[in-house]
Amino acid sequence: MSHAWAQAFALVFDPYNIFVMVLASLFGLFVGAVPGLTATMATALLVPVTFFMAPIPSIAAIVTATAMAIFAGDIPGCLMRMPGTPASAAYTDEAYAMTRKGLADTALGAGLVFSALGGLFGTAVLMLSAPALAEFALKFSSFEYFWLVLLGLTCAVFITSDRPLKGFVSLLLGLLVACVGLGNPAAFPRFTFGNTELLGGIGMIPMMIGMFAISEIIRFTVDTNPQLVIVDKPIGNVFKGMWQLTKKYPVQILRGNAVGTLIGALPGAGADIAAWITYAISKRFSKEPEKFGTGHVEGIVESGSANNSALAGAWIPALVFGIPGDSITAIVIGVLYMKNMNPGPTLFTNNPQNIYAVYLLFIIANLIMIPFGWWCIKVSKQILKVPRTVLMPVIMLFCVVGSFAINNTPFDVTVMLVAGVAAFFLEANGFPVAPAILGVVLGGMLEENLVTSMIKSDGRLLAFFERPIAATLGVMTLAVWFLPLLLRRLRQLAGIGNTA
Amino acid sequence: MTCVIPAHAGIRRRATTPGSRFRGNGGAACCDLEMKINDAVWGAFFLLLGVAILVHVQSFPAMSGQKIGPALFPGTIAAGLCVCALLLIARGLSVRRLGGDGAGWLAGDAWLRSPRHILAFLLVIGVNVFYILVVDRLGFIPTGVIYLGVLFAVFGVRLRNNLALALIVTLGIHYSFYKLLKVPLPWGLLQRWAW
Repeated sequence: MSHAWAQAFALVFDPYNIFVMVLASLFGLFVGAVPGLTATMATALLVPVTFFMAPIPSIAAIVTATAMAIFAGDIPGCLMRMPGTPASAAYTDEAYAMTRKGLADTALGAGLVFSALGGLFGTAVLMLSAPALAEFALKFSSFEYFWLVLLGLTCAVFITSDRPLKGFVSLLLGLLVACVGLGNPAAFPRFTFGNTELLGGIGMIPMMIGMFAISEIIRFTVDTNPQLVIVDKPIGNVFKGMWQLTKKYPVQILRGNAVGTLIGALPGAGADIAAWITYAISKRFSKEPEKFGTGHVEGIVESGSANNSALAGAWIPALVFGIPGDSITAIVIGVLYMKNMNPGPTLFTNNPQNIYAVYLLFIIANLIMIPFGWWCIKVSKQILKVPRTVLMPVIMLFCVVGSFAINNTPFDVTVMLVAGVAAFFLEANGFPVAPAILGVVLGGMLEENLVTSMIKSDGRLLAFFERPIAATLGVMTLAVWFLPLLLRRLRQLAGIGNTA
Repeated sequence: MTCVIPAHAGIRRRATTPGSRFRGNGGAACCDLEMKINDAVWGAFFLLLGVAILVHVQSFPAMSGQKIGPALFPGTIAAGLCVCALLLIARGLSVRRLGGDGAGWLAGDAWLRSPRHILAFLLVIGVNVFYILVVDRLGFIPTGVIYLGVLFAVFGVRLRNNLALALIVTLGIHYSFYKLLKVPLPWGLLQRWAW
């Protein structure tokens, strides 16, 4: 074990890796600070570049860039009332109200310090829980995996959308996309219509670039809102008063971290939903809820740390089961497969040094966030002046070349464009995108485990409930499906009873 | 759908998350990035898709010696899609019957009423189609310059800077991908002068 840790240290503190982390930090801070560019987009844009790197530097680039981006998203929220990434949207109004009261330094400082703290907390949970879960998962057969994947997909539908019907449609579309090509247990070419490019399936990375980058650019194109103005007030020492805040809000910090990590670990829900939920919890349990919305730092402390802890939490199911916890890890899983680091419990037993290296990357990324973030706040006004009218076309050409670079085929550029336009229209009509992404990523795994289980049990459906863990997971899945319907029906019956 | 957060790119999707339940305090601008098509129309579209897939998978062969084949999984999903589609149709029609918000087949949004934004939308899509169609013949550098030139014009970058900027950025991207990452970007017309 100590040998593996030594190897991990050597991998992470390699000069090339450090260089990659520094560049990724700058990239992540920039992407996060510019409204309309998201952390998921940063990941999608990084993939074509990481394609040419060794496994650990490519993971380092993604871990660092996303952690920085989620923090940096707070900056334009604070100065322009426009969140830099969706993960900051929950407390943008609060941060902006603080800026108008002349408390911009406290708002930004709380965002920075408690983001780093949240990231470290999430990492600690990842380090403690992932190996234990992996050991547990070694006993899983196709029956358990089938239910686990189905439970994950179900979770994604219910948690990312307040309209499960549209979430289900989105999920089913994603699963259908996963059916295209030869990659099924029978190796029969499905839905290829004689197109040889489709035999290998629809490229995951070009599709993600389309769904997360091209759709954002289209949204920018049709945005009719006027340009926003930066509040031009001097920003003082952002670290002043942070220790007092830590002493004043220990429960909030701990609760934000814990809830954030948990939501991150739930499939499909990531930093943005973690921030919304923890902000609401913070307000609900606050001693001074009336101050929320008027420039009160309490909610920022809690939800600002939650969104960063969610980032690390999302890696738990991704590494152990290959089930992404958020849209960023959905892309990461694709990268892991490309680098021959297939996620699953064996990743922990066969190559522990890689896993330890991932832990170290998370710790370093969250530690260097403090100086880098401090510097980013200093130059934030310059960053916010970069014209997005120039930036968006450049990013779009970068996406085109990046999609092409994965397989050197123009067909992937078409996939990117179609996915981008589809994601734009679906989202504009209330169909959440996250379940579709999970469907695409997990479709193959779901089918493989379904077919294997069916063959093993000779088509007996009861066999899916005969092993204890499989039965538990199965019952849980069915409960999530049918409990809301049942409860509504019971409530209706009770209502009728009352009025009668 | 009501939207009380400043509507913009990265945060538009919030309106569909559980967050929308928790949102308390209001924001500035209101949403105008939506193009709401009635759920019944979406339902009809997905129903057609589901039925088409169900018909198509009938032609898939069975696996030798097994009861199940490659048609099982897509078939099940397509059936699920048909059920969801019918529910969507029912919901869309009931919204229409009730009238009020979202009762039309297509709810207008600010950008759909602005010819400039519609043109911008079409050009952003069109320039990508253009790239896909001509990049092999024309080569990456000329295509990239036209691509960026058009997009800069769409977003209103001043004309004088436009082409110079497009050329510099294209050459920069070409250098990083072709030289540093060894991606075989096509030379096309410039093959003779390839460097």
